Amino acid sequence: MSSEASHVAPAGAKVLCLVEHDEGQIVEASQRALSFARSLADSSGARLAAALVGEIPDTAKDVLASFGVHEAYALAPQHLDPYGPLAWARSLLQLLESCGANALLSAGSDRGNEVLAYAGALTGLPMVANCFEASRVDEESIHLSRQRWAGSLIEEAQLNASPALLTVAFDGVAANRAEHPVTTEVIAFSPDLREADRGVRVAQWTGRSVGISLADARVVVGGGRGVGSAEGFGPLEELADLLGGAVGVSRAVTSLGWRPHNQQVGQTGTRISPDLYLVSGISGATQHLAGCQSAKRVVAINTDPDAPIIARADYAVIGDLNVIIPALVAAIRERNSSRK
Amino acid sequence: MVGARIVVSPDGQEVDTRQLGFTISPHEECAVEEAVRLVEQHGGLVSVLTLGPVEATEQLRDAAAIGATQLIHLKTDGREWDPIATAQAIVASVHQLENDQGRFELILFGNEAPDTGDYQVGIRVAHALERPCVSGVKNLEVGPDGLQARREYRGGDELFELGLPCVLSVKEGINLPRYPSLPGRMRAKKAAIHEYEPAWQASSVQKIALRVPQVAHERAEIIGTGVDGVPALLALLESLGLLS
Repeated sequence: MSSEASHVAPAGAKVLCLVEHDEGQIVEASQRALSFARSLADSSGARLAAALVGEIPDTAKDVLASFGVHEAYALAPQHLDPYGPLAWARSLLQLLESCGANALLSAGSDRGNEVLAYAGALTGLPMVANCFEASRVDEESIHLSRQRWAGSLIEEAQLNASPALLTVAFDGVAANRAEHPVTTEVIAFSPDLREADRGVRVAQWTGRSVGISLADARVVVGGGRGVGSAEGFGPLEELADLLGGAVGVSRAVTSLGWRPHNQQVGQTGTRISPDLYLVSGISGATQHLAGCQSAKRVVAINTDPDAPIIARADYAVIGDLNVIIPALVAAIRERNSSRK
Repeated sequence: MVGARIVVSPDGQEVDTRQLGFTISPHEECAVEEAVRLVEQHGGLVSVLTLGPVEATEQLRDAAAIGATQLIHLKTDGREWDPIATAQAIVASVHQLENDQGRFELILFGNEAPDTGDYQVGIRVAHALERPCVSGVKNLEVGPDGLQARREYRGGDELFELGLPCVLSVKEGINLPRYPSLPGRMRAKKAAIHEYEPAWQASSVQKIALRVPQVAHERAEIIGTGVDGVPALLALLESLGLLS
């Protein structure tokens, strides 16, 4: 066998990607996962297949085609909706075997990581999370790049196991569509599940109306220990309101009990991806920076010009946020009233 | 690792930890706090287990300082353990402990390790013990028939109901961990640690090298000092189309 031949997948080899959707709308994280899965498939000439729970509407089928998905498997929802991680994992493993795929991938979402971890437990195979590059070396192994310390460190590794179980780093891959869209064939698949597989499942879902969520906000106004007190967040909230954004805080602030944990930006809080992160009084711990890596622009207000956040920011104002933010709020109000 | 720059050893195989201190990870700290709270409300005992080098005993003592009574150290020689081997070592210890002292009604894990972010040790342990498992838990209530575990999902909360025994992986935010009291710290210094040395296993994920990613720029452009920076900030917000 020539060295080139070893890169060619066996006839019919596939890469299978779990795709999460919201009533037929494919979520952004799964679009990134499809992009990642396609690059793995392309590295060995394998076909890209997708698995979705429930019906696949034409709008979703078009999106799948644009990402280069040849086969889209619609998993019969009767035992899979509401969501249960064991039932999902067992179904995907059955599909993997039946369609002849040698890799199962998913977004690094809460569900994606959970389902792939269950798949790892069921098979005894390794599951590698936080990947952002993958290419097949031979039938049994894949070369991987994955994030460690939420992206502060990168590991190059070789996975020697088949099928490969991988999830994609939260902000490590762009959702690139295929150069040449393909025709997607939708195929129904009914997994064979036992009662025990459905033991752990969502019993109830409660939606919440909290205004603009931190994860989706276009503008985040961040405050850290430098705000000084729980009461000190008033001007930051005012600024966030004026900009149509949300307030985000550091881990120090939630540990002090100044703000609730659902406002924490960071590796163990919420990962944000706003157009603008206006961050004040936060020095820039690794754990915090991990949560704002996807911010398009970072503007820092800090008294310390040598703080790590200044190295991460695009622009900075050196000074006390408790003076600068109220002045900025006043300036915006003045501008707005002069335009009326 | 507050604001620290990660330094990789010259052979690209390890992080240079000589300048770093170790603490219990955020999710695990909350798992210990949750266990202590449950026992305070409902009775029982808290056992804490960690796998790691000898330095990891400090984290066991931190847990003892807030109320854990049994400390178990799965001692390693500093080599990295993959999630499969870690789960197997924990399962072996759980079997041994349960033979001696009865079943653990609840086993709590932190949702994911901050370094490798594997999301899977709790799930692998639960599967081996044939117990149900939910991860990402941010709220826990004990009912007459078992547990109600809630976690965030797309701006809402999803609820799982589990019987006992079970396994949960929890996330920071489930509680606000307490600071240990001085008497707690004194007690922890004297607490006995049960030590085991599980055998290391090679991983089928073979590390080739570690590297620190390149940063796009080293420093922000300073656009002002104090309130003199406000006009520049205003102009920036305007240019981004953020002002109505």
